[in-house]
Amino acid sequence: MKNTIAERIFDFLKDFPPFDVLNKEQLFKISSNVKVIYIENESFVFKQTEAPHESFYVVKDGAIGLYRTMENDQILVDICDEGDIFGLRPLVQNDNYLMSAKATEESILYAISVEILKEIIQTNDKVNKFLIASFSTNIKTPYAQQNYGQLFANEEIIQANNTGLSDIQTAQYSKNPISCSKTTTIKEAAIIMSTKRVGSILIVENKNPIGIITDKDLRLKIATGLISISEKVSEIMSSPVITFPEKITIAEAQIAMIKHKITHLCITKDGTPNSELIGLLSEHDIVVLHGNNPSVLIKELKRAKNVNTLKYIREKTSNLLTGYIDQKIPIVFISNIISEITNAITIKAIELSIEEMETQPPVKFGWLALGSQGRKEQLLITDQDNALVFEDVPKEKYEETKTYFLKLSKIITEKLNAVGYEYCPADMMASNPKWCLSLSEWKNQFNTWVTKPTEKAIMMCTIFFDYNLVYGDAKLVDKMSESIFKSINSFEIFLNFLGRNALINPPPLGFFRQFLVENNGEHKDQFDIKSRALMPIIDAARLISLSHNLKGENNTISRFQKIIQVEPQNKDLYLSCIDAFKIVLRFRTEQGIKNNDSGRYIDLNTLTKSEKLRLKGCFKPIKDIQDMLNIRYNLSQMM
Amino acid sequence: MLNFFKHKKYPNFWKEYLKTFKTKQSKNINTTRFIVFDTETTGLDLVKDRILSIGAIIVIDNTLDVSDSFELYLKQDEFNAVTVEIHGILKVGKLIKYNENEALEKFINYIGNSVLVAHHTAFDIEMINAALKRMNLPKLKNKSIDTGILYKKLENKKDNHFNLDVLCKEFNIPKHDRHTASGDAYITALLFLKIISKLKKERTVHYSDLFRNQNSKGLL
Repeated sequence: MKNTIAERIFDFLKDFPPFDVLNKEQLFKISSNVKVIYIENESFVFKQTEAPHESFYVVKDGAIGLYRTMENDQILVDICDEGDIFGLRPLVQNDNYLMSAKATEESILYAISVEILKEIIQTNDKVNKFLIASFSTNIKTPYAQQNYGQLFANEEIIQANNTGLSDIQTAQYSKNPISCSKTTTIKEAAIIMSTKRVGSILIVENKNPIGIITDKDLRLKIATGLISISEKVSEIMSSPVITFPEKITIAEAQIAMIKHKITHLCITKDGTPNSELIGLLSEHDIVVLHGNNPSVLIKELKRAKNVNTLKYIREKTSNLLTGYIDQKIPIVFISNIISEITNAITIKAIELSIEEMETQPPVKFGWLALGSQGRKEQLLITDQDNALVFEDVPKEKYEETKTYFLKLSKIITEKLNAVGYEYCPADMMASNPKWCLSLSEWKNQFNTWVTKPTEKAIMMCTIFFDYNLVYGDAKLVDKMSESIFKSINSFEIFLNFLGRNALINPPPLGFFRQFLVENNGEHKDQFDIKSRALMPIIDAARLISLSHNLKGENNTISRFQKIIQVEPQNKDLYLSCIDAFKIVLRFRTEQGIKNNDSGRYIDLNTLTKSEKLRLKGCFKPIKDIQDMLNIRYNLSQMM
Repeated sequence: MLNFFKHKKYPNFWKEYLKTFKTKQSKNINTTRFIVFDTETTGLDLVKDRILSIGAIIVIDNTLDVSDSFELYLKQDEFNAVTVEIHGILKVGKLIKYNENEALEKFINYIGNSVLVAHHTAFDIEMINAALKRMNLPKLKNKSIDTGILYKKLENKKDNHFNLDVLCKEFNIPKHDRHTASGDAYITALLFLKIISKLKKERTVHYSDLFRNQNSKGLL
């Protein structure tokens, strides 16, 4: 039976935690059993010490003040407004109300029967976790017994709400792909391909895919006369093949193709190369589905002959980003794709620059992306942060070598600037003689920062530790990393200093859950999402992974995932940090796109209630992890 | 005497309905069972036009109980294409529909002796009465309140006559699902509570104050 009113209530509740994690049937059941209550201004919903009602409340319109009577004073403890839940704890814990709830303006409440909720708790683990999280918050802050505002939005939910999106749709692969055995001759294989009119053929052994031949192989290896057509296919096949299970999403497929620089993925029964081949997913299959394709952009990049083409592709990337954010594609996929493109642009800029130099680089070198690009978390176009490391050379060659790389760096940074990555205002670029160093110089530099951790040195560490090799010699960079860990291990107090730095920005919530905004400067009354929400999580991830000697991961999410393996006991906390990070990163990106800036400063008045709520939900893990660092590094004594 | 004979022929549901009026009714605003309702019709002509849907919700003690709301669509022989644009109910749609007799029986069972509230009640009640007449039944016996008239009891509103849209704006009620019977019933219920609240701020409001002025004939 149609129930228009319940549908409307459903539409309202679905945006707010914990209702946002319920499935449709569960939420509809709640919605059709809601009692809508009109509360006049100054009237009580319940009073302190009263026995609990049968229902808890969600504010639909208006505002409800929670008061605690102490002696004869009524102390306002919290104000609940649109979407906030109150009066739940006493119902679940079978306790009397610890506070009074009084309307501070005329309000409409949804009363939800606790019995229905209890049923759902038993079947829905996420809701259960949410409630536990809510209650545990209250234990820490006894004054906010009913503060359910610090709720937990969840990246998974954003995904779940947006089915029907092409990138997280399961990719449609070709079933029954054309195949042959490894003893087939190249000629026979080519004939099969022509008669079946396909551009590729898979080589199978016991039904498992072991290799692939594409038109390109025939063109490059056969038509050039390198290999005879009477040879076996195994001579020219690309092997092994990259395999995936059949549930692969388009976004995953795109990333895999970009990562492995291939155009075909094999779909096998269990996703490994050691199981039966069931299909083939080609880049073409995806392009057909998806006009604006990142791997197409990367291909264009590889063919790019000048900066203007790079700039054009960079602009197209921005469109791609806007589209992805609009479609609520999971942020991890977005940042993977965007960083791959940013890297590809940088690589091309470096290649073009080397061509412009009169000679090839005299020794091996590495081009490092720093900061957010180094962590592969750069979504919006921000300034360049980069550095260069070159192989140690004999003393007499040093000047000459350094001059060469400085000149090269200058050309590269100019090109990047022309593409749209602005110069770093603090001059943290490889064109600066301070950041274009030989391997030993870098080792010394890092060692100095670690052993003499001044405030400035720590700041430098937070930028330079997150480096990522974009172009050049990986071994050089590995040596640099080893040296850093050695320095840290021999001077462990450094981590405490790094820890202190990670706590500089506490989560931005005041006593009444209002946002703390900047008090002065150009961005007065705005909220600095970078330093107050993103950096604390990034800093924590860096610190903890350094403390465990976890090498090779700079990305904050990957860092936490590795940390979880080392500290499984803190898994929940780290998972919540990952969630919070994803949400805040998406948020900043959305704001940046909306305001066409870096998205760093947010005017709170422009946010909707549910945006504020979602953002607030991210601050609890920030606070929790800062509390943990505080204890672990004994930081309160250092402050 | 005539009444007595008629009474015998009434269907059971109507007899049950009449019985509910024999119990003593609450005379207190907070304990009275109000049923706020709205009908969507094919037009404004009491004779020619027909009810398309009825939406209603119970209000007791400032609380609307969604689980006990009423939403029902009627099969129709008469069809006025012009009003489809307003209410969006097609002659043959996907909704489950009842014929007029079934629908009225369900509605009568639902309302019992509750006080009926609607915006411009007179029209909605007359539409129901017209349908009852086609079933050879007498008129509704319920007391009724018109939110349009109730509004005029507020200070300085005496000469104002406003439709639901304007009042929603004044009372800050979101206009969701306007022109569906249930949506309008819901909106009217909130309006009803808000007007009473405002009246209470101005003066003491007695139960009897809620009802229509004798001299006012309403819209019709």
